Order: sequence, then C-alpha cells, then structure tokens
Amino acid sequence: MVEGAAPTAKPGINDTATPRPACLQPSSHKPISKRPQAYLRAPHSHSSSRTGNEIRGSRARALPDRALVNCQYSSATFSTGERKRRPHGDRKSCEMGLQLRQTFEAAILTQLHPRSQIDIYVQVLQADGGTYAACVNAATLAVLDAGIPMRDFVCACSAGFVDGTALADLSHVEEAAGGPQLALALLPASGQIALLEMDARLHEDHLEQVLEAAARASRDVHTVLDRVVRQHVQEASVLLGD
Amino acid sequence: MALEMRLPVARKPLSESLGRESKKHLVVPGDTITTDTGFMRGHGTYMGEEKLIASVAGSVERVNKLICVKALKTRYNGEVGDIVVGRITEVQQKRWKVETNSRLDSVLLLSSMNLPGGELRRRSAEDELAMRGFLQEGDLISAEVQAVFSDGAVSLHTRSLKYGKLGQGVLVQVSPSLVKRQKTHFHDLPCGASVILGNNGFIWVYPTPEHKEDDAGGFIANLEPVSLADREVISRLRNCIVSLATQRMMLYDTSILYCYEASLPHQIKDILKPEIMEEIVMETRQRLLEQEG
Repeated sequence: MVEGAAPTAKPGINDTATPRPACLQPSSHKPISKRPQAYLRAPHSHSSSRTGNEIRGSRARALPDRALVNCQYSSATFSTGERKRRPHGDRKSCEMGLQLRQTFEAAILTQLHPRSQIDIYVQVLQADGGTYAACVNAATLAVLDAGIPMRDFVCACSAGFVDGTALADLSHVEEAAGGPQLALALLPASGQIALLEMDARLHEDHLEQVLEAAARASRDVHTVLDRVVRQHVQEASVLLGD
Repeated sequence: MALEMRLPVARKPLSESLGRESKKHLVVPGDTITTDTGFMRGHGTYMGEEKLIASVAGSVERVNKLICVKALKTRYNGEVGDIVVGRITEVQQKRWKVETNSRLDSVLLLSSMNLPGGELRRRSAEDELAMRGFLQEGDLISAEVQAVFSDGAVSLHTRSLKYGKLGQGVLVQVSPSLVKRQKTHFHDLPCGASVILGNNGFIWVYPTPEHKEDDAGGFIANLEPVSLADREVISRLRNCIVSLATQRMMLYDTSILYCYEASLPHQIKDILKPEIMEEIVMETRQRLLEQEG
C-alpha cells in the first residue's frame, strides 16, 4: 500500500467574488502536480487519493471472476469554512463512496484481476464545491499510477443552471444557492458517461445545454491530466534508460 | 540531537539533466495504439471498436505480431524460475501463504519445502503439525517460483539449500520493474556484505556468512551479533539502493557496487538527502556508461 500526497509549493486562494465565467477556461486549472498517488488541485477543491491493492479483504466477498472495487471517502476537518469533525461512517461518506465505486467499476477492467480487491481511499483537503469531481479526478490518477488497467481516464465536473445560463464547476456558494446541479463523470476518448447524477429539478429543454457545459469542462480536465501523465511517463522512461 | 528541516520545493524534472528524449512509443489509457487488426493483443491493451487501445500508462513493446504495453509501475507478475524474497503471512493446513508484492498472495506448499538436513521423504502428518516450527507468520524467506496459477497467483519452492529462511539483515522494498533480470540474483559484494535481489522488488542485504553451512538447510537463524563495521556497510548499501530506486535506475550488482563506491565520501545518513542522492546516482550513471561504451 502506498502513501499520501506531497503538497504543491504555492498556496491557492480561490476568489469567488469575481464575476463567474460561464464555462471553465483551461488556463484556470492550476497545474496538477502528480507525485505517487495523486494530489489534485482543482480551482475549488483539493483532494488526495491513494490506492491500495489489498488482497487481505474478506474472502467471503471476493468475486471469482473479477476484482472488487472498494472506495472510501473522507473529508478533513479543516476542509470546509467551519472546522467540523466528521465521523467515519456517516451518510455523506458512504454515499460518496458508493458513487465513486460505481464510477470506477465502469472504468477499471476488473475481469483481469479475479479474487482480488482494489481499494481507493480519497480524502478531501479543501472543499469548495465540486468535491465529487475532484475525488474522481484524483482517484483516476492514483489508479493509473498503481498500474491497474483502465478503459480510459475518468474525468468529472459539476454543472448547474442559473438565470438561463449553464455554469460549469460550481463553487460551494453556487451549490448552496439551491439550483439544479449535475455531476458528470466522462471517459473522454470514447465519450461514454460513467456516472451522471442530478439534484433538484431541471426542465428537459435545458438538460442538453447543461450536459454540454459539463462535458466540455471534463474534457478540459482531461487535457491537463493527460499532459501531466505523459510528462511523468516520459520522465520515467528516460530515467530507466533503454 | 541536531534536527534538519527543509521546506517543500517544486520538483524539477530529473530527465532534463540527462538531456535526452525517450525513443519509445509512450501511451496513456484510452490512447489508440493501432487500428491494424493483424496484431495480437498482449498485457496492458484491450480491443475496443476495431482498435487496439492501451489500458495502462507506459511504453509500447512489440514482438513480431504481439503488442503489449509495459506499465511504469505494477505489482510483481510471477514467472517460472524467478527468485523472490517474501514474508509469511499465514500458516494453513499444508501450505504457507507468502506476501511477495503481487496481486494475490503466493503459496509455498509443504511438499515444496526442503526439510532440515536436506532429506527427501514423504511429508507426514507430524510434519504438518510441526509446520509452525519451520516457518511462522512474519518470517522472511527466499524462494524460487515453481509455477503460476491461472489467476496469477504464484507457487514457490525452496527445494535447494541456498533458499530458506533469512536471518539478520535489512529488507528494501522497491518496484519490481527496477530489478534487472540476470543469471544469478545472489551476490557477494566485495565491499563486505551480500545481497539477494528478489525479482519481486524485495531486496535483502545481509552480512556475508563466514563459512557456507550446507547441513543446516536454511532453517537455523544465525543470531550472532553483527560487528559494527558490517552494520555500517549494510546501512550504506541500503541507502544506496533506496537512492537508486528513487532515481529510477535499474538495480543489479554492478550498479549497486558503483553507487556504493560513489557514496563513500559522504556520511551514511547524508546519502538520502536529495541533492547528494542526485550527485551519487549521476556519478554511477557516468561510470556505467563508460563501462559499456
């Protein structure tokens, strides 16, 4: 099992008072530093994740033909505005863990590892909206780093709808305002959707627009992740020599 | 006790100092490797919509018609004949479960274990009851891979007298992809220690035994105190191996020896500092290149 994250050097202050752009520009993603087991710094939420290929999981639950994916989500006490201690098994953690599990079961090629269990642990260090998306992106990097075969990257982003405009990557204030919010996890190369979840009500005429905004933002995240991973692979390949 | 503190700094890419580009075809999951259907797909790839797509991040390797992607970092995949160093995790009815940094625990059958004295006989019920006397949970062993099961689990054997329980020494865990495959993995280094380079990434550094005992069969743990000079050599070797692994260099007896010699001017505890690590490994690289060229 491999250990947690190395923080990037500069602190980030997210300014949510400025007028909100309708969709995320690629340049507004802070550089994502990729050390073993990922630390992801997206504009609003930071999360770190690691994978453990623990096969000391319960034998009773081991599946004979594929791997079991186990996701655990936890939130640091200092992640929100008020310091709040969250007990480990509470409802939000379980629900988030279940969503992550569904997402990754769709993306990981589980048939290649029968009778084993893949554990993904995600911890949110700073939460300002879009925590599910940050978790998925960080976990993708961690799974990739562990060498577990996946169909494709899984890139996620949240989106909402305010005053006739679709907004991507909502902050906490925008989420708390009570409008409809969509969380989308996408496999960019094929365009397949791993998970699509929505809260509150949205008129079906607007669905297309919101989905499009989320998809575009996810692809932008993919561009950044792709570049970072390629750089890392390139570096490692040069160091290993021929 | 003097304490040293460092602030985090941005990591500068190590390959810049080497100044060369990789000549290999590097892929990430989701990349199309080829649309030619004539190829057979190997590890690290899958077929999707008439195209061969990569499923791990690494370099593409092609052998005639077989395409596979070798991932940067994976768990150990056993192959028959590999030497591994493992730790016993469970004692079961007629076998031991050994942890070898692979996806599933490896298995050491009682019938594959050599008995004390090197005798060959059928294992009886008494042998089964005495299993814990041979190997307990937490013991380290060196063994060879006998067979690989269909789901990837590995079956080990210690049929030769050179394998068996390991006594005093230091274990270093690195990625399996860094251990070079060679004819022999048991090395007696001239600096005064011996090393076992397990293919699974577990490296065991131990003091060179004075005389080879052939009758013990690898069960009696040698618990005599190790001298200070030996302990220093072993610590230095361990730090050298860790620094080679951090800088992603292939590990084999020559590279470890050169790194040891390059580190002699520094104190043992300084070897792990990033700048000294880089310096030592750079020197090792130079020497290896000169030796080859």
